[in-house]
Amino acid sequence: MAKKNKKEINRRDFLKAGGISAVAATVAMTGCKPKTSVSSGRGSSIEAPTDKMTYRINHNTGDVVSLLGYGCMRWPLRQRADGDGEEVDQEAVNELVDYAIAHGVNYFDTAPVYVRGWSETATGIALKRHPREKFFVATKASNQRGNNTREGGIAMYERSMRELQVDYLDYYLLHNVGASLESFNDRFIHTGLLDYFLKEREAGRIRNLGWSFHGDVKVFDHILAMDVHWDFVQIQLNYQDWQHAEAPRNVNAEYLYAELLKKNVPVVIMEPLLGGRLARVPVQALTMMKEIRPDDTAAQWAFRYAGTPENVLSVLSGMVYMEHLQENIRTYSPLTPLNEQEYEMLEQATDILVDSDYIQCTECQYCMPCPYGLDIPGVFGHYNRCVSAGRILKNSNDDNYRKARREFLIGYDRSVPKLRQAGHCIACDQCLPKCPQRVNITQEMRRVDQYVEELRQK
Amino acid sequence: MLRRLRIITAALFFVLITLLFFDFTGVLHKWLGWLAKIQLIPVVLSVNGVVLFILILITLLFGRVYCSVICPLGIMQDGISNLSGRRKGKKNRFRHSKAKCGLRYSFLVLFIAAIIAGISAAVSLLDPYATYGRIVSSLPAPLYRLGNNLLAWFAEKADSYAFYSTEVWIKNWVILGISGITLLAVGFFAWLNGRTYCNTICPVGTALGFLSRFSIIRITFDADKCTKCGRCERNCKASCLDSKKMIVDHSRCVTCFNCIGKCNFNAIKYTSVRIKKQKSGVAADHPSPKERSRRSLLAVTGALALAQLSKAQQLLQVDGGLAEMEDRKAPDRKMPVVPPGALGLKNMQTHCTACQLCISVCPNNILRPSVKLSTFMQPEMSYDRGYCRPECTECSKVCPAGAIKPITTAGKTGISIGHAVWIRDNCVVNTDEIQCSNCERHCPTKAITLIALEPDNEKTLKTPVVDKELCIGCGACEYLCPARPFSAIYVEGNVRHHLV
Repeated sequence: MAKKNKKEINRRDFLKAGGISAVAATVAMTGCKPKTSVSSGRGSSIEAPTDKMTYRINHNTGDVVSLLGYGCMRWPLRQRADGDGEEVDQEAVNELVDYAIAHGVNYFDTAPVYVRGWSETATGIALKRHPREKFFVATKASNQRGNNTREGGIAMYERSMRELQVDYLDYYLLHNVGASLESFNDRFIHTGLLDYFLKEREAGRIRNLGWSFHGDVKVFDHILAMDVHWDFVQIQLNYQDWQHAEAPRNVNAEYLYAELLKKNVPVVIMEPLLGGRLARVPVQALTMMKEIRPDDTAAQWAFRYAGTPENVLSVLSGMVYMEHLQENIRTYSPLTPLNEQEYEMLEQATDILVDSDYIQCTECQYCMPCPYGLDIPGVFGHYNRCVSAGRILKNSNDDNYRKARREFLIGYDRSVPKLRQAGHCIACDQCLPKCPQRVNITQEMRRVDQYVEELRQK
Repeated sequence: MLRRLRIITAALFFVLITLLFFDFTGVLHKWLGWLAKIQLIPVVLSVNGVVLFILILITLLFGRVYCSVICPLGIMQDGISNLSGRRKGKKNRFRHSKAKCGLRYSFLVLFIAAIIAGISAAVSLLDPYATYGRIVSSLPAPLYRLGNNLLAWFAEKADSYAFYSTEVWIKNWVILGISGITLLAVGFFAWLNGRTYCNTICPVGTALGFLSRFSIIRITFDADKCTKCGRCERNCKASCLDSKKMIVDHSRCVTCFNCIGKCNFNAIKYTSVRIKKQKSGVAADHPSPKERSRRSLLAVTGALALAQLSKAQQLLQVDGGLAEMEDRKAPDRKMPVVPPGALGLKNMQTHCTACQLCISVCPNNILRPSVKLSTFMQPEMSYDRGYCRPECTECSKVCPAGAIKPITTAGKTGISIGHAVWIRDNCVVNTDEIQCSNCERHCPTKAITLIALEPDNEKTLKTPVVDKELCIGCGACEYLCPARPFSAIYVEGNVRHHLV
């Protein structure tokens, strides 16, 4: 695929640009921190260049798409003024979107179900303030959860246009297919929704039709082989999932990417950071990264990895903080593709990651809300942060036992209210089909609960 | 010199005992727990002969030193009285009065009778140490915890684990009201007249007063030097000095030594003297400060009300957000559950003076004061905020009165304090038709078994059956049960605790 710097953007003198790559971000291993704090040095607020973004061309429509795509799955929230729950912090969203567009990002990916259903509205408000031709917007036909009808699907599609305040959608995806062939057929074939979307594409209201995939390889093969022209496909790709997305949890990105390349279907990448986990790698892996590029963060490595394959159209990142947005823009302005030596190092880093104790949760919130009130991503997130920090204890003779125990338990109560902790999981298994990572949530909850019990009793 | 020594020791004791009620981490109790265990009524109730002997000996030797230095309620009154005396024109504000012996001894008799008859509410209300404990644990302790939570908040911001936040909640509004009224009443008399409460109502004061009549070292007038100026009398907060007659009522003297310093003629001494005959005072009417009403003061502390879990939007069609959780309500237990080590309700009832020390220190938020008349203000357990965890023996470590006897963590898991009862209609297996196994999974003694609803078909939903022989009543099942507002499984107390 062609790769070039977008010419339309004014080439202003950007004095700071030269110095940017030289600025070192101090990497301090963070403890079992709650997620509100910026970790692993991804906190340095340095201006990003406005005219260096790497772009890829979608050969179906000729769209010139920024390699960094904005995932609208994690918009910042704030307490409502009346104290009754939370709402999207629209000013912060506007600020992030303005900054992204000003620095060359032009792909925005949302879905009706994201951020408790508020994402499309918030994204629409922010994008409305920019000329329509300045951005591409992607949204999805989400699962109607148990009650899949043609009318429901069309209503969802129409609502998306309304909320996003647009009269055509640049990219439309059949959301999260791959659980099973039956469910795919139920959702899109028997209801006739796929035919409806194909007609909408003919009518020009959907410019690119594709699907996002998690799950069973058979479903992937089947849909790809269908007699439908797919404009693009969205897959999960990162250096861990390249060869270690163990079945049946997920399919190796290596296979998915190769199949799509064969068919010349552009690929959009999701979970380049595995829900932030690749931004907080264990110390040994981080050391290897620092040896090659002392100034780069773990997150930058993950983004360069995801952006290097030429058939990748855009790499999505759900950026909540300005610092993350700036760093990601810098990573792709322009992209420095990985070389052989770097690929080898990341393979070794992957071995370390796979061997460690992580729960394969990306904190995507798809499982939530849990009907019994648990904060599933909160519990797993705390556990994983402690794995990253090397604070999971094997036995009470460890040198730092007392300290690590105290930090784990206090941090646990800080991250998750007592009534929403792992012990309250009743194993109803209602969340299992909702998890795109195929995490055995029930089993992992027990693992965390057992670990916590051991700590408390020692 | 003596006065300064008394003030320093008293202040030290007072601060440390108060800290015992503030500390929720259990660390201080390891070092200072003995301070609660030398309080007279707990010593009597726990039949601690050695300490009792020492306390009696001290009183027979030196007078009511106990009331001035060891008793926190007494020291608190001295503090209040001292503040009152700092007002303008209130320098020499006391005067001698006759001892109200009738009233004093009636209260003592009533108190002893209440102990024997097991009317624990009366015992609890009259024990000065327990009175102080209730005041501290229900009024300033929550503020202390809020302060701690503020520090924890800062610590969290700074990524420090030096402080962790703790739950602040009003465990019982009735006890809070009673504590408030007691504080107002005791404080009022202390503000006006110094040690009126100690010399009129307090059974400990009366009992020790009786002993201190015979004390060997005591305050005495030097008739040769005394000018009967009355300065000592005007500064005696116990109103026990009659300067005109140069008589000291040793039963009321709390050996504060204020008079020694006040005397300009060096006419008052603290020395050993032969016992003389003394005229006992005549009883006089005195209003009881113990007016019990359940209302006042509640408004003052309304600000401490526990913040409810913020409501999360319950949208099942979209991703993210937290489901709203209804608050758990405590079930109406027919038989109260008391902690392991308490042996049973009877032992708790007859030994506990409701000082709230165990309640203050319970890290799992299980213990709270009872409102039932028979066990009024004494601790009882409820599992809506936590359960009696296997590694914790805090309450048994701190109890000064022998109401909760020391236990070990190993021994604890073998003591059955209650038994779980399953309520079919609340169980989510029946209401939501979903398989839940939380009670079974968390039961530490494997007393819960899941049985298929249709015995022939293993694949049907399963509901719990409790083996009462194995159940220890720890409440893990009750706390972790997903049913709201009432758990589908709850613990009823055992009349007498036994080993499983």
